[in-house]
Amino acid sequence: MVQRELVEKRRWLTREQFVEEWAVAQVMPGPNVVNLSLMIGGRYFGLRGALSALAGILAAPLVVVLLLAIFYGSVADTNWAQGALRGMGMVSAGLIAATGIKLMAALGKNAMGLRACICLAALTFVAIAWLRWPLAWVLLGLGGASFAWAYRCLGREDLPGPGSP
Amino acid sequence: MMPIAVNWWDLFTHFASLSLLAVGGAITTAPDMHRFLVDERGWLSDAQFTSSIALSQAAPGPNVLFIALMGWQLGINAAGGTSAGAAAWWTGLLGVTVCMVATLLPSSVLTYSATRWAHRNQHKRSVRAFKQGMAPVVIALLLATGWLLAAPAVPAGSRTQFEIPALLDPFLWSTWLTLQPLTAWLLTIVATIVVWRTRLHMLWLLGIGAALGVVGWV
Repeated sequence: MVQRELVEKRRWLTREQFVEEWAVAQVMPGPNVVNLSLMIGGRYFGLRGALSALAGILAAPLVVVLLLAIFYGSVADTNWAQGALRGMGMVSAGLIAATGIKLMAALGKNAMGLRACICLAALTFVAIAWLRWPLAWVLLGLGGASFAWAYRCLGREDLPGPGSP
Repeated sequence: MMPIAVNWWDLFTHFASLSLLAVGGAITTAPDMHRFLVDERGWLSDAQFTSSIALSQAAPGPNVLFIALMGWQLGINAAGGTSAGAAAWWTGLLGVTVCMVATLLPSSVLTYSATRWAHRNQHKRSVRAFKQGMAPVVIALLLATGWLLAAPAVPAGSRTQFEIPALLDPFLWSTWLTLQPLTAWLLTIVATIVVWRTRLHMLWLLGIGAALGVVGWV
């Protein structure tokens, strides 16, 4: 959802920048959407920007979700309410997966090269979705390896190559 | 229903300490919240806990709002249920405020200051390597989250634990075929493709998903 607004509509960030910012928001503790809005709000408009971005991203959904909870509380025992909740849950799973698929296009410009990126992504997916390892381990292990590899690749890139002017 | 004695200060400090552990999003601390709120203190029932998560995932907006819903439910329990009238509303809002501030304040202060430092040093090799190295990992995390949400609800306590049966039956086909109609799975795939390929607003999709659920198709 945030991806659509910031990258596709407003064009405040490119897809590559978005993935990078999102990565930081993801590994910092705290809800990632909240972190992202703090970072981007803070970047362009300072502390006040960060706070208004935070309020903006939480206020309206908070009201919606509370109203929904009050309403659901009164119908929680009915079959149709449980069905509706299940249907929406299935769609929101699709929303998240589609965001991941869209952002894959950004990997082409990564310093590590596309093949290494796909390997790392596949390993991460297996560790989380299949083996269900705790996230902290996966971030430390695979994230750490990925960081080291990117560090190496960036170093190579910075050196003037033999053919470069 | 009898009012439940909630210790607001304990609630605040517990959620504030979880805030700094919530690497990868607030949902990763859900198992520990379940242990604290349901098992240890008995401030929320198991069904209330689970429906808070389900509702916030179904609703548009950040899913950290499941914490607001828990706070709301906790406040209502503290007043003795909705029959307490206006008092329940006020304690409900108090619960939302306590839980959200405790969850957001520590992590936000840390993130805000750390990322400003990183932005000032954005051309350093280590900062660039960190951002680029994390990109494929984060994309895979998004795909894995979609995958896990489409799977039948796992009891909150076991979500992040290592499970042997998951190894024997890698993608849990056996559970899925019994618990989840194929149409539900299909709905997730169609939603993925529609969001990926079109610009249809997601509220429409959520509405369609809800309607299909009401008629019992998924």
